[in-house]
Amino acid sequence: MTDATASASALSQLQAHYIQHIQRKRLYSAIMLTIFVLLMVSGFMLADDRNAGGFWAGLHQIFDFPAEVLTEAGEKLANLPGLMVKFLPSLIETLNIAGASTLIGALIAVVLSLLSTRGLARWPRLVGVFRRSMDIMRALPEIVIALVLIFILGGGPVPAMIAIAFHTAGALGKLFSEVNENASLKPVEGLQSVGATWGQRMLLGVLPQVAPNYLSYALLRFEINIRASAILGFVGSGGIGYDLKNAFSWGLGRYDEVAAIFIILFLTIVAVDQCSSYFRNRIVEGR
Amino acid sequence: MAATDISLAQRGQATVQIFQRRRIISFGVLLAVLAYLTYVFFAFNVPGLMERARMDNAAILVRDVYSYKTHVTRDNRSGGLSVAIEGEQKGTYPAGMLPDWVETADGITDISLPDGHSVRFAPEAVVYTHPGFGQITVIPSRSGIELRLPQGQELPTWINASKTRVAITTDAGRLTVTKARTEVFRYSFGWELFFFTLDSPFYGKSPTELLGLALSDDQLRPGQSNMAAMVQDIWTNKMWRHGDVAWAIFETILMAFLGTMGAALISLPLAFLAAANFTPLRSVRFAMRRIFDFVRGVDGLIWTIILSRAFGPGPMTGALAILITDTGSFGKMFSEALENVDDKQIEGVASTGAKTSQRYRFGVIPQITPVLLSQVLYYLESNTRSATVIGAITGGGIGLLLTQAIITQKDWEEVGYYITLVILMVMAMDSLSGWLRNKLIKGE
Repeated sequence: MTDATASASALSQLQAHYIQHIQRKRLYSAIMLTIFVLLMVSGFMLADDRNAGGFWAGLHQIFDFPAEVLTEAGEKLANLPGLMVKFLPSLIETLNIAGASTLIGALIAVVLSLLSTRGLARWPRLVGVFRRSMDIMRALPEIVIALVLIFILGGGPVPAMIAIAFHTAGALGKLFSEVNENASLKPVEGLQSVGATWGQRMLLGVLPQVAPNYLSYALLRFEINIRASAILGFVGSGGIGYDLKNAFSWGLGRYDEVAAIFIILFLTIVAVDQCSSYFRNRIVEGR
Repeated sequence: MAATDISLAQRGQATVQIFQRRRIISFGVLLAVLAYLTYVFFAFNVPGLMERARMDNAAILVRDVYSYKTHVTRDNRSGGLSVAIEGEQKGTYPAGMLPDWVETADGITDISLPDGHSVRFAPEAVVYTHPGFGQITVIPSRSGIELRLPQGQELPTWINASKTRVAITTDAGRLTVTKARTEVFRYSFGWELFFFTLDSPFYGKSPTELLGLALSDDQLRPGQSNMAAMVQDIWTNKMWRHGDVAWAIFETILMAFLGTMGAALISLPLAFLAAANFTPLRSVRFAMRRIFDFVRGVDGLIWTIILSRAFGPGPMTGALAILITDTGSFGKMFSEALENVDDKQIEGVASTGAKTSQRYRFGVIPQITPVLLSQVLYYLESNTRSATVIGAITGGGIGLLLTQAIITQKDWEEVGYYITLVILMVMAMDSLSGWLRNKLIKGE
């Protein structure tokens, strides 16, 4: 009997405890949610306030510009294929900027990542230095480097390429060094036991293990870099973005060009996305 | 015995063949990379670029980042003297205040430059004293500029003289004389006026003096405590505009925050429509997925242009551009996460008699929250960087200040300052998002 009452009171105690716990948790969630909603609303109002045109005033105008472009492109529909061919060289330049910068950035990233992985580093004491420098390379937006380089080198694809490669080296370096950490050290030790240099150990012991993962990340980065190189063109660094800016600032009358550029840029991005995700899946499954 | 020998030899041969093939493949890859880079080298006209590159611009840029110049200018017609940092109106020394390396007495101005160089503005002539060369006298007059070198000296390359203009450029400084005016540039290390401008009572005080002033009750500006006055002077600094810069950084973070969170809020319900296990209707799923693909495929750049047409420049436009682009990315990722949800938990919740909304709330959301949060936080960090770039195009935040400073092509110290701030901002957001990820997903 006493046992039963004791366990009953213990149970009710437990229940009270549980309910209290749940209530506290709910209270926290409610507070968090309120703070979040307040942040969103006040942030929205602030941003709306500091914008040149208001959100509500502009909302119904969103489709004005696409409509203008579409009408003009519709009137000059016959021009579109010719214009797409005309802008093909710029598109290739944009792709080349992305390709070359991904390649160069990835090569630098391989070296940086090996130097900043514990257990593989050439100079273990400098691991922190290389990591920090990768953080800085990653933190710098491409546009900053591109604009500064345009001042020195003049416009054209090279500043954009260097800027994107610099950022890519930092971004891929971090991902690569995460991959390196999971690499087996046995081949490296084996190579060391036969007197291989650091370069040989990395080239023959580590890279074959991690190459598929590297490739997969590099493909993903290539997708991102195409977008970045189109944007950099818009601020004056060659490629399709530059043509887009010219056509766009000309305004009405050259919107058929804007439409043509939109279309080829869209198609390229979608095509590259599809190809790269196909190859990435194959790389991952192929192992 | 013989049979195993043969098979061993064959196997050995096969291994060698595999290795040879691999070697050929790796050489092939290497060659392809090299060939591509060579193609790009010529397609981008790198040799031509080497010729066009303005290394003098690079030198100006680097020097300007770590040093500043002070202009000492005399109007040759009126004789009026003005001293201005970077030659800007905002950096002009007020009347009666001069830097300690400029002395004036009886219409004669003495300017001492580093390394023993000095310049004297006399009423009729300007004298540049170069310790290794001698005294160079320049006489501006109505008929032209006359240059007198020390006895027996040839015209050196660092003096550029013509009938209307004489320029002397040394490592210590630079003197230019024209009919209208005489100007000396003196280069000094550091970022001048970073905290206080010349019109502030706190200008030129050492940190210890400032600390003493901050703690004393003796008010330099009546009616305001020294501490408040200092903060106000720094905040409203006209040269470095710390207040505006802080606002710009805040605006950039605001763009990233609004864009990322807005995208997450919009794409979560849409992701349910695109997930096979929640939307049995194939056509709806297909339509949703194509919408996500379209929104992602139309690049952030194009969205930015379209939106800036409708909303004008500013942070709201940037936030919306981020929001729209990321809705596509989040929709895709969230719907993939939803398709990987474990049905057992939903069935368990359903078995207690839960309604549909409760099944979602307690059966689905807890499962996808970690994936969702970590993606959102990762994007928050990367969007801070995007917001800088988008700000440069739409005209908002630190991106705008940065492009403006770069376009002037002379405020490189400000460019350096902004770049440092951008790096710090992105790194801070990186650590914040990492900290939140740990706190919200692993901890609690």
